Amino acid sequence: MSTENRASLLRIATAGSVDDGKSTLVGRLLHDTKNILVDQLDAIERVSQSRGLDAADLALLTDGLRAEREQGITIDVAYRYFATPARSFILADCPGHVQYTRNTVTGASTADALIVLVDITHGIMEQTRRHLAVGALLGVPHLIVAVNKIDLLPDAEEAFRELSGQLHELADELGVLDLRIIPVSALRGDNVVEASQDTPWYDGPSLLSWLENLPDSSELTQAERFALPVQCVIRPQSAALSPEFVDYRGYAGQIASGSVAVGDKVAVQPAGRTTTVERIDVAGAPAEYAVAGQSVTLTLADQIDITRGDLIAEPAGAPSGTKSVEAVVCWLDDEKPLREGQRVLLKHTTRVVRGIVGSLDGRLNLESLAAESVESFELNDIGRVTVRVAEPLFTTAYTQSHALGSFLLIDPQSGRTQAAGMVQDDSVNTPGVLGNLRADAGEWAI
Amino acid sequence: MTTTTSESVTLSQLQRLEAESIHIFRETASEGERPVLLFSGGKDSVVMLHLAAKAFWPAPIPFPVLHVDTGHNFPEVLEFRDRTVERLKIRLEVAKVQDYIDDGRLAERPDGTRNQLQTVPLLDAITEGKHDVVYGGARRDEEKARAKERIISLRDEFGQWDPRNQRPELWSLYNTRHRPGEHVRVFPLSNWTELDIWSYITEQGIDLPPLYYAHERDVISRDGMWLAVGEYVSPRENETVEQRTVRYRTVGDMSCTGAVESPATTAEEVLAEVMTSTLTERGATRADDRVSEAAMEDRKREGYF
Repeated sequence: MSTENRASLLRIATAGSVDDGKSTLVGRLLHDTKNILVDQLDAIERVSQSRGLDAADLALLTDGLRAEREQGITIDVAYRYFATPARSFILADCPGHVQYTRNTVTGASTADALIVLVDITHGIMEQTRRHLAVGALLGVPHLIVAVNKIDLLPDAEEAFRELSGQLHELADELGVLDLRIIPVSALRGDNVVEASQDTPWYDGPSLLSWLENLPDSSELTQAERFALPVQCVIRPQSAALSPEFVDYRGYAGQIASGSVAVGDKVAVQPAGRTTTVERIDVAGAPAEYAVAGQSVTLTLADQIDITRGDLIAEPAGAPSGTKSVEAVVCWLDDEKPLREGQRVLLKHTTRVVRGIVGSLDGRLNLESLAAESVESFELNDIGRVTVRVAEPLFTTAYTQSHALGSFLLIDPQSGRTQAAGMVQDDSVNTPGVLGNLRADAGEWAI
Repeated sequence: MTTTTSESVTLSQLQRLEAESIHIFRETASEGERPVLLFSGGKDSVVMLHLAAKAFWPAPIPFPVLHVDTGHNFPEVLEFRDRTVERLKIRLEVAKVQDYIDDGRLAERPDGTRNQLQTVPLLDAITEGKHDVVYGGARRDEEKARAKERIISLRDEFGQWDPRNQRPELWSLYNTRHRPGEHVRVFPLSNWTELDIWSYITEQGIDLPPLYYAHERDVISRDGMWLAVGEYVSPRENETVEQRTVRYRTVGDMSCTGAVESPATTAEEVLAEVMTSTLTERGATRADDRVSEAAMEDRKREGYF
């Protein structure tokens, strides 16, 4: 394995209900790809033995906290790293109990692919609907349902076919972008890394081989319009530095979308000015060209007042400022519900502004997938809100740009992160569950 | 390396990790009032400093570094530390465990190791320096408790980490807000693995303390590790001193950091060894993590790195 072979990196997240064998699946994935080292395996074999188990309990590989081992559950999102000759993976393992939505939203927000576990003996549960809805809402490019415990049924083929039909129907309703369904036994390893000999009725890829061959989503982000939220202004100002940098004034940030070249025309918001890119530095070295995902510093041809939180973007179609944000939020705060009139801080790109929740415009009912009228959003609720903000924000619909369409709501007193927000634009036709949360949708009760 | 196809550019794994770390540095240094970077001279803290320098280039790194000195340091690491801060023209703060032992605020442990004793001097230095953003080089692949810690990790006024009450971390929107007296630990290397670190050191030609590379040393075998014989470690009964060609995979308190036998004298050779290693770096060389299954979690809850 050379560094060149490790060029491609895929971020994945796993979600499942309690006891559907998710930790075992993750353990299996790590174990069968030979990413468990001898001392780690020794440690879990020792513990498994002391608990009277015959075989090493692979769930122990991921359940690291004291309370998790004592209660045999997974508490918090855990991050795992593994590699195969084809690809490297960052895996966010999201547990499925009390804070289930919070965990899944966290993992899914950065994932290229989301794996949802379903126990074949239980079928589609409330949490399955929730996990798939979160995957659809957050626009995860690839969803995978791993139908687990096929070893428990004598006629898994029939059950798998029936469940697949239901899953495809649900995914269509939700507006899932890409769905793949794979029958597995995490316990025995069927179709996890190697295609199983015991499922002749399934001729698709194993879970790992599917993951190894998924396209990288960064290509799509690069095709979007150029946007760079400014993180900080870099001004060396020190006489000790080489004279070349005495007048250096660079705008630093991570390119959110698109690409930029020296000589490109760019628009600066909120200044409302247009100028030209004079110089690009990527991670401390000059470059002619840079793309989405890279951390850069730009210098511009004209003197413009630019500070942290401003946006440098391609002039055509650059977002205009708004002081009223229409959005779908996932409420993640277990201490305080969301109500009308609530004061919040809103963090969008690199800008933090004060806001007031104008109205709650309906909560998503996961059974009917329609919106219902409520007075407040509680932990794990998903719903539509309007937030008025003190200073203009330069947003794009989340479906068009995750970077310019996402935000956090933060409690001004405690600093707790309360919600994940996704900007909606009702003038754009949005299919699936987001469309059901349109302000003018039929079920809307105001 | 960057490869350009007809339309899009594929960033390498290291480029993506580097960009993410720089983003984290810029975001947290901009939101914080008085950041500080924990610098031990170990490879992860060296890589962290390398990334911080890139994040703010051509301006100097806009915060000081803090070394929690156990008093059991490898001399070549201290020398490396001083050379590095001099080169980067940054301020060095040192919190000394020895001072706490000398005036009785801390007692030497029966086993003589001092890693666990670092917590109090660390927390005091954070309070005295009014540091609200504290950079650490921890990686999630190191250990199971670390695998669950956020990139931005809130600590209360006692420095404690509460694993059951962590903030959700969404997209690349980091929340550093905290109440007076609280601070955030920031881990820009969260998503790097040991292999990534060595690949990056190799690719960038980053200078490390010499003990990361093979050298001759007088060692004894204890608890399945090679410990350097010197001021802090003496052979016990039945232990014999041998000269071996060793290198270190981690750098910590001399009394509990073990070496591995290795002929690797360059970053490329170490990288090749890391790729084929069958043991984790902590499992192989850190006695302090072998205490119990949750040794790291317990120390982190108390405010450890």
